[in-house]
Amino acid sequence: MSEPDQIIGVSLPRRDASRLATGRGTFTDDIVLPRMVHMALVRSPYAHALIKTIDIKEAINAEGVVRVITGRDLTEICSPFIAGIEFLPNMISAPQYALALEEVAWQGEGVCAVLAESRALAEDAAELVKIEWEELPAVVDPVAALTTGTPIVHRDLETNLAMTMPIEEGDTKSAFAEAEVIVEHSFEFGRQAGVALETRSVVADFEPAGRQLTVYQSHQTPYQMQDVYARHLELAEHQVRVIAKDVGGAFGLKLHAYPDEMAAVAASVLLGRPVKYIVDRQESFASDIHSREMTASGRLAVTGQGVILGVEVDILSAIGAYSIYPRTSVGDGIQAVQFTGAPYRLPAFKGRVRIVYQNKTPCGAYRAVGQPIGCSIIEQLLDIAAAKLNLDPAEIRRRNHLRSVDMPLKASGGLEFSNVSLDECLTALLAKMNYESLRKDQKEAQKRGIYRGIGLATFVEQTAVGAGLYGPAGVRVSAQEGCSLRLNPSGLVNCSTSVTDQGQGTLTGLQQVIAGTLGIGFDDVTVEAGDGGATPYGGGSWASRGLAIGGEAARLAAIDLRNKILAVAAAITQELPENLTIVNSKIFDGSKCLMDLSELSRIVHFRQDTLPPGVDFEMNVTRHFVPRDFPYFIANGIQASYLEVDIGTGAIKLLEHWVAEDCGKIVNPLLVDEQLRGGIVQGLGAALYEHCLFDDAGQLLTASLADYAVPLASEMPDIHIIHVETPASGTGLGAKGAGEAGTLGAPAAVWCAVNDAIRPLGAQVWKQPFTMAHVLQALNSKGS
Amino acid sequence: MKAPTFKYLRAESRDEAYAAFTEYGDEGLVLAGGQSLMPMLNMRLAQPAVLVDINPISELSGILLRDQQLHIGATTRHVEVENSMLVAAELPLIGCAIKHVAHRGIRNRGTFGGSLAHADPAAEMPACAVALDATLILQSRAGERRVKAADFFLGVMSTDRRSDELITGIELPAQMSTDAWSFHELSRRHGDFALVGVAATAQRRSIGLDGLRLVVFGCEERPKVSKIAASMSLSRKDVAELATAVADDLDPMSDLEGDAKTKRIQARTLVERSLEDLLGGWPND
Amino acid sequence: MTEMLPIKLSVNGAVVSKLVDPRQHLTDFLRSDLGLTGSHIGCEHGVCGACSVRVNGQVIRGCLMLASQTEGAEIETIEGIVESGEAAELIAAFVARNALQCGFCTPGILLTAAEIVAEGKCLGRQEIRNELSGNICRCTGYHAIIDAVEMVLAEKMKEE
Ligand SMILES: Cc1cc2nc3c(=O)[nH]c(=O)nc-3n(C[C@H](O)[C@H](O)[C@H](O)COP(=O)(O)OP(=O)(O)OC[C@H]3O[C@@H](n4cnc5c(N)ncnc54)[C@H](O)[C@@H]3O)c2cc1C
Ligand code: FES
Ligand code: FES
Repeated sequence: MSEPDQIIGVSLPRRDASRLATGRGTFTDDIVLPRMVHMALVRSPYAHALIKTIDIKEAINAEGVVRVITGRDLTEICSPFIAGIEFLPNMISAPQYALALEEVAWQGEGVCAVLAESRALAEDAAELVKIEWEELPAVVDPVAALTTGTPIVHRDLETNLAMTMPIEEGDTKSAFAEAEVIVEHSFEFGRQAGVALETRSVVADFEPAGRQLTVYQSHQTPYQMQDVYARHLELAEHQVRVIAKDVGGAFGLKLHAYPDEMAAVAASVLLGRPVKYIVDRQESFASDIHSREMTASGRLAVTGQGVILGVEVDILSAIGAYSIYPRTSVGDGIQAVQFTGAPYRLPAFKGRVRIVYQNKTPCGAYRAVGQPIGCSIIEQLLDIAAAKLNLDPAEIRRRNHLRSVDMPLKASGGLEFSNVSLDECLTALLAKMNYESLRKDQKEAQKRGIYRGIGLATFVEQTAVGAGLYGPAGVRVSAQEGCSLRLNPSGLVNCSTSVTDQGQGTLTGLQQVIAGTLGIGFDDVTVEAGDGGATPYGGGSWASRGLAIGGEAARLAAIDLRNKILAVAAAITQELPENLTIVNSKIFDGSKCLMDLSELSRIVHFRQDTLPPGVDFEMNVTRHFVPRDFPYFIANGIQASYLEVDIGTGAIKLLEHWVAEDCGKIVNPLLVDEQLRGGIVQGLGAALYEHCLFDDAGQLLTASLADYAVPLASEMPDIHIIHVETPASGTGLGAKGAGEAGTLGAPAAVWCAVNDAIRPLGAQVWKQPFTMAHVLQALNSKGS
Repeated sequence: MKAPTFKYLRAESRDEAYAAFTEYGDEGLVLAGGQSLMPMLNMRLAQPAVLVDINPISELSGILLRDQQLHIGATTRHVEVENSMLVAAELPLIGCAIKHVAHRGIRNRGTFGGSLAHADPAAEMPACAVALDATLILQSRAGERRVKAADFFLGVMSTDRRSDELITGIELPAQMSTDAWSFHELSRRHGDFALVGVAATAQRRSIGLDGLRLVVFGCEERPKVSKIAASMSLSRKDVAELATAVADDLDPMSDLEGDAKTKRIQARTLVERSLEDLLGGWPND
Repeated sequence: MTEMLPIKLSVNGAVVSKLVDPRQHLTDFLRSDLGLTGSHIGCEHGVCGACSVRVNGQVIRGCLMLASQTEGAEIETIEGIVESGEAAELIAAFVARNALQCGFCTPGILLTAAEIVAEGKCLGRQEIRNELSGNICRCTGYHAIIDAVEMVLAEKMKEE
């Protein structure tokens, strides 16, 4: 195996899969350091309160306790987070402390840290900390949060409105005036949690003599965290090293800087000892970022043929108590607006998002950020319009899809496209799912009183975001990815990359790109990642960038290394480098094998004395890549759901699910397929169950895995995948991202299918998740 | 999420358990399969001074058929009930319902007696015990008490058991081959507790059914036999009406998954399906 | 001060004698006292199945059993069934099928799957799905896991 096309584009199993399967992973909680202490937190029981006094006497004297820390103890060494965006000067944001100082703004905000010899003892002592509170009125409902006279979420804010952003392109007024059909609807989206199976975890190890901080953390972006710890703890950047070993799922929730993790790191600095902090599952529900709590109203204007004339959307996005550091919490709402109608030709678009604070868990980026909302809104509106016009849902989509002839395009919502393949995806999808016969099956079933529905959801996915986003926003997150390659004396290659892998298999993809580009075997490459102190500086893993950007860096590095190898080979063999190639770890001139790569490698490492003078024998290369000519790659596709609604109970049974997806060049279909399936099932969870519920006082009611239901194997359908490959135009590799497509389109597909099933009864669901109660509510309030 | 400190006592015999009850009174808690108690301990929702582990008492476990009564020992694991040929043959209702209890790893450890003692209103076994008119056997130093399942469950996680008593076993009258039964459950996901469920038994007569013991569970505070259903004789044309009457007679609790109105609609549907089952294939009218 | 309790048990075939805190759950004990970090802690309330281990031949939730209850018990963990070779076919199928991503759930799923395979029943996809319903995987979407277990079951049926 060494022809590039025998490695790149092939389904190879992941190299680290057996290690993980056999229980040899190293997750953060598996790390034990000498003199390590364990941290437990006292968290606020109230959604909004003032801290009057904290009495830690009893806790300090409890068994095994090493130290009890309050917010005051940290003010000297640790500065608060303020998450803002430079190009949104009107956005307001309150400072967030590692441990609250005077006021808590959500139930679960950390107030006091107990360090003890075991977690159990730390929890025992945490129960002994006595806090006197003055409870304040909590702002829970996002609409109420904006009415005048409402209490303010945090006293460092003047209003609960974080920001407003209008977007307008084209003339929606005349679009709606001319329209033959106008449909409008309001929608509600439930707050969700990310629920990585491994909870957030950190082991911080501050060594006082050298002021060296090493943090093992279950995180997606070690470089960002190095920057955060260095700046907020006033340490030298190069003395802070963040290492993400194996990470048990991340999905965006491990992308942020959390105050509790900051408290653990600060505690290690105070103590000069290693501190382990494992967020337990209940804490995880209360303190991991939530996302997607939105209400929206949308309007669609179409011609008699179902051609879109204009779209209007208004979104209220509720983000909890603080804007999450450092990336902020506004992306969800902004992207929701931008993606409403994004896959379609929109002559006119008018959108607005208002982002509002409330006394709930802070929100942040969760897989597919905002995009599922935009997708669900437009797909609903299109189906309603299709039903009015008596058009097939597939047909109305086809009539409006962006096409290759529209490319390149700066779309009304502000998105920039370079290529799309929506019609190709739709055609492939309909064929694969036997759309016509499924429609027949649906009709037959309905005669027997069985309500089945088919839902289609076209989507575009923003992947591989480039230099234009965080840099200009003043957010210190790097958009580049780097790759270092080292040729070893036996001709085997080590790769060290800034890309991190939480199970996506990106590192295997990089291995393929490197092996294929170099002309060596897949097993001849190993890939190291996750150590922010020892790998090339980069972004890590966010917004489906690993292969698209990191893969391009790897490809560039492999080309450079190949050229270096061939230059040495040319010098040794007295041939012209441009005539040489590497195939199967051998150097060829045409079909003539000149030497083994291992022989060359031996020479460059051990026998430099035999090389002609001036020959470059250094076999290390590092390359970085960052998209600068384009803002991101838009991947696209369409999903379909087939399901059955039990109108007597409101239960939804998923029967089958399909996706036709185009993520550009596919490096490894096995990896892409399972990214899609995993993402789809998260989207199905969003559609059917997932909902963070709070009571009127801001108390979280779903703080366990028994209450917050995620999908289990038993209810999930088989998922069929079709690939369409339109390589990205901005890189040699041509890969786009694929990590979020599944999560993005699945809720909309289910939404459309549920409504397709119950439309004959004159009913529509309008609130996500589509719980049994909501389905029954819809059936009993027909026509809303 | 670590359990609070407690003392752990391994009871090798019933007497050792009773001795512990006497010594610690309300401060002590029985530990059976731990599948309900351990989560509560880990979340510090229960903070007992002592746990009395009854797993080592071997005579508390096992399934026996005696005088047309199936005796299931308190610490018999759910999985043993599930795999038991005796249960499959003599108590098909339990055989069906047990598959709805949690998941494999939990059924491997959770116990029949524990399910009844815990008295979760959304649990399957208490409802089946009531539908089957089972008798719980409670023992203490003071002797034995036999309590009908219908009288045992008092409310949400509240039973007639005194803190010095051990549930030692349950006696369930074997179902006759002429008995009709039905089990329906609505849950969010496989293995979840019921949002609403129905466990029902009835005797088939030459025409129609009687002795209908229909238990709607999951939505009220405790499983109980529907009086309305019991009072009506069942024939096919009455199914819809009876289902509505049973549902209207409920006093459902609202929870995160739905308000009383939702639960009533769902219960009505399941009752209707149950009644259809009971009548299924049987000469009627 | 915490009163420690002596226990003696067998773990992956080796006899272990230890003093334990009575409140410590089994998975905590295996991970922190014996260094068997292949079993994971995902919730500590019995829902996720990441902590699954085998006690006296049956898969259970390690977070819902106390270490102090294991006196005389035979415990097997993922490390044990890997070393004995028992899980080899399943692991090969999981790897080939890419039935794991982050791998946090995988040891627990393998233990459950091994029990299903050992029972030797011929199961359809939905039945496999139901049998695995007690193990949450947040990454894969389950499809590939079902494929892998189905493959191993089919192989086994062929052998018999
Ligand atoms: C994720 C999950 C899902 C579940 N799903 C379901 C489900 O769908 N349906 C369902 O029915 N159950 C479900 N369960 C609970 C499970 O069935 C438990 O096994 C059962 O409820 C309690 O039995 P146990 O033996 O584990 O009791 P334990 O947890 O040991 O004890 C429960 C209570 O009963 C008392 N007790 C136990 N045995 C006795 C006795 N012999 N005498 C006196 N008191 C006693 C204990 O003191 C304690 O208060 C689930 C559990 C989990 C973790
Ligand atoms: S940790 Fe035991 S079931 Fe989740
Ligand atoms: S592979 Fe990540 S939870 Fe299953």
